[in-house]
Amino acid sequence: MASIKVRAKAQGGVTTVKCLISHPMETGQRKDSKTGKLIPAHFIQEVNADHNGGNVLTALWGPAISKNPYLSFKFSGGNAGDTLKISWVDNMGNSDSTETTIS
Amino acid sequence: MSMKRRTFLKGTLAAGTVGMAVSAGLLTPRAVMAAWPKEAFEAKSMDAAMQATVGGTGASAGDITIKAPDIAENGAVVPVTVSTGISGVESISIFAEQNANPLTSSYMLASNAEPFVSTRIKMGKTSNVVAVVKAGGTLYNASKEVKVTIGGCGG
Repeated sequence: MASIKVRAKAQGGVTTVKCLISHPMETGQRKDSKTGKLIPAHFIQEVNADHNGGNVLTALWGPAISKNPYLSFKFSGGNAGDTLKISWVDNMGNSDSTETTIS
Repeated sequence: MSMKRRTFLKGTLAAGTVGMAVSAGLLTPRAVMAAWPKEAFEAKSMDAAMQATVGGTGASAGDITIKAPDIAENGAVVPVTVSTGISGVESISIFAEQNANPLTSSYMLASNAEPFVSTRIKMGKTSNVVAVVKAGGTLYNASKEVKVTIGGCGG
């Protein structure tokens, strides 16, 4: 639950959302320095943002997104107090989501 | 009896054809569209990645701003911000041309989303960061060179 940190701020009719997700984002090309074996790929594939239940943005990510990913986007029509839901799914089927209110 | 058997066979055949069409990408219901485009992310050349992501390689220069450092000291974390003045943007895709798999990420924007995304990408070596914007079925692109001193893929 605690893997996503979100801040959403409405100003002048436009809501700016910034999120930080804690995730290893392994590419599958890196080797473990002790065993010399490849570390299996483990990365977020899809991030969804929903404002009051309606989808605003879907991000499709590959392994080339940095570890502990940062994502920022903007949308119009958000008001202070509205709910914003951010969710992600990774290639191992793990997922997480969080809800926040726009300030 | 034999008639029933015939219709039953026809039915399964037809269902099978639809199933195959869906898996081959001929039919694209929303659920299939939303699936992660494995092919696009595994494409090894810029052209192939672009074709698989946005369905074309020909893009015209557009009003797109890419904010990225001129020199990235650490290729594992390269902040990239893409914004555009083009209206009716459907998607924004970010590519790192010289990466083993050029496509880094692709963003599907709803109609109320502003054409702006910011994230951090990994870059294997010095290369152009290319942003491809799809608006009203037309492709626009822009690129910016980022010099990488320490690569971020592998290690």
